[in-house]
Amino acid sequence: MAEPTTSGGPGADQLRQMMREMIAARVFSDRAFNLQRQGRAGTNAPVDGNEAVIVGTSHALDPTKDWVLPQYRELVGLQRFGDEVIDRYTLYVMGHPGGGHLPEPIRVWPPQISLAAQIPHAVGLAWGMKLRGEDGVAVVFFGDGASSEGDFYEAGNFAGVLDAPVILLCVNNGWAISTPTSRQTAATSFADKAMAFGFPGVQVDGTDAVAMHEAVSAARERAVAGDGPTLIEAVTYRLAPHTTADDPTRYVPEDVLAEWRERDPLLTMRRQLEALDLWSDTDHEAAQADADERMELAVQRAEATPTPPDGFFDHVYSEPTARMQRQREGFNEHYGLTGGGAS
Amino acid sequence: MSDTQTMTMLEAINHTLHREMARDERVVVFGEDVGHNGGVFRATEGLYASFGEHRVVDTPLAEGVIAGAAVGLAAAGMVPVPEIQFLGFSYQAFHQVAGQIARLRYRSQGRFEAPITLRSPFGGGVRTPELHSDSLEAQLANIPGLKIVLPASAADAKGLLATSIRDPDPVMFLEPLRGYRAIRDEVPLGEHLVPFGQARRVTDGDDVVVFAWSYMVDVCRRAAEEVAAEGIGVRVIDLRTLVPLDLEAIVQGVEDCGRAVVVQEAVETNGFASEIIALINDHALWSLEAPVARVSGYDAPYPVGQLEDRYVPDQGRIAAAIRATVASP
Repeated sequence: MAEPTTSGGPGADQLRQMMREMIAARVFSDRAFNLQRQGRAGTNAPVDGNEAVIVGTSHALDPTKDWVLPQYRELVGLQRFGDEVIDRYTLYVMGHPGGGHLPEPIRVWPPQISLAAQIPHAVGLAWGMKLRGEDGVAVVFFGDGASSEGDFYEAGNFAGVLDAPVILLCVNNGWAISTPTSRQTAATSFADKAMAFGFPGVQVDGTDAVAMHEAVSAARERAVAGDGPTLIEAVTYRLAPHTTADDPTRYVPEDVLAEWRERDPLLTMRRQLEALDLWSDTDHEAAQADADERMELAVQRAEATPTPPDGFFDHVYSEPTARMQRQREGFNEHYGLTGGGAS
Repeated sequence: MSDTQTMTMLEAINHTLHREMARDERVVVFGEDVGHNGGVFRATEGLYASFGEHRVVDTPLAEGVIAGAAVGLAAAGMVPVPEIQFLGFSYQAFHQVAGQIARLRYRSQGRFEAPITLRSPFGGGVRTPELHSDSLEAQLANIPGLKIVLPASAADAKGLLATSIRDPDPVMFLEPLRGYRAIRDEVPLGEHLVPFGQARRVTDGDDVVVFAWSYMVDVCRRAAEEVAAEGIGVRVIDLRTLVPLDLEAIVQGVEDCGRAVVVQEAVETNGFASEIIALINDHALWSLEAPVARVSGYDAPYPVGQLEDRYVPDQGRIAAAIRATVASP
């Protein structure tokens, strides 16, 4: 376990804030899961087990300079990048097109469903930031499963060639739906794969937010100094189903899951803070209540957001083609609608 | 009237890349061998010397990340002009082109745009190895979010490429391999922009209209000259851009001529010619005096050198289709 008081590490206030955001991530995620069960949201992926990875990373970044490119499990933990992130994520899981729009100045990309496809984007973004003389970094999240995609290798390789200010953050949570890491790679670790890219790869305890903070801070420092990319493998365990559509009891060994539950990132962080006398039961309950309230607000806002039935015509091109306009008119005429237009 | 110069299509492309890079410092050209070597066809010749290693970048041999990095570069505020060395290699980038470049604006609901111009040569007739010649415009036109641009003249290569690079949407700019040096015409030296969605009338005539794009336009023009001697007036229409498409020019051509032929180099099944015929059905059926003819490649993978000349529509096959359509009662 990393020492929370290491110089340059998070101070007391920040540690408490990290705890609150980890709790909020779990609360938001649980609520999204329940919304799906109630038929009010579509398929979504719980965060359980990834909270320390996301919040530890987010607190090592500068939300005014750095970019985060998530896979699809991270949005609930990126509060630090903007209070509105959770509103947009709620819209997203509820199937509203506006869920993909994270407004300025939030430096977070929408969830990515095509695994690993966001890694080349992060490399291109970091490359562009370097060309423009900006001193931020791009951090891209992906899973152990996504590391088997060609995009990971192509992007990692190009990142090395470009010396791009990018952090490749591989969240090894043990499972790609039902496929264990042993079927994903014969390599000793995912971090080792950085060797072929010509930049450092480090393995971090992904259940420990403070350790994550330290590793990402170091990688960020390297990137901003012009020393290039880092691959971070955050080792944790998926404590919930892959998504609302998954039944992990078919394949996750109960005893292994029970062991990892003892290392639940929320418990780990809570123990760390309690040892430093920075956290109480009252704090915990208050954080949970705040998160519940915030999520309730997000759900209310999402349900009050009108959905234009012809909204799928918006934002395909900068200006709709004549053909799309004809299609839209026909659609609205058939369904007796007045037509929405770009929102 | 501004000055013009006779250029090959390749020279026009190179000239335009120089101009656009000089005009907008956000333009970045990258791909395999585009830098020091100036591209395997020399389309990017001299850019590296003029604009430097930061704006003209040799990439690793990896089409997926060439296309994928363009998405991130665009989000960073750059204007990416990636090259895929041959369109057949874009199969290895297809997930980034179709799944990512095309829908960046849509996924982000307007937060990000992708002013990407992906250049790639395609088409047969130059004895290339496998996968260098495939015509994939119909696959690409089936992906909402992309614009599909296929110049058939050097002047259009300039005007359409400049429009593409300045367009806020992603453009697949497909260059005919066989036309790179074979096509030569007068190119305006100054500012020259050709808008998307405006077809070009190549020859005049009102017996039959022939729709084509890219290198097939030139072959159709020669077929039109051949049958002109027999008294058949052919209107060859170069569609220039398949998305957006100039529907008015298609309808007008059919209304004026009553007979139509569509020519494409691609595989017949589900080729873009099918789309044009369907549009004629939707918008101009009652103007037809004969069924619309289609001249096309065949439903076989693009063949090796000894077989390719009769796979690609040639002047004779197009002329025969024109005669048959005009003779149809």
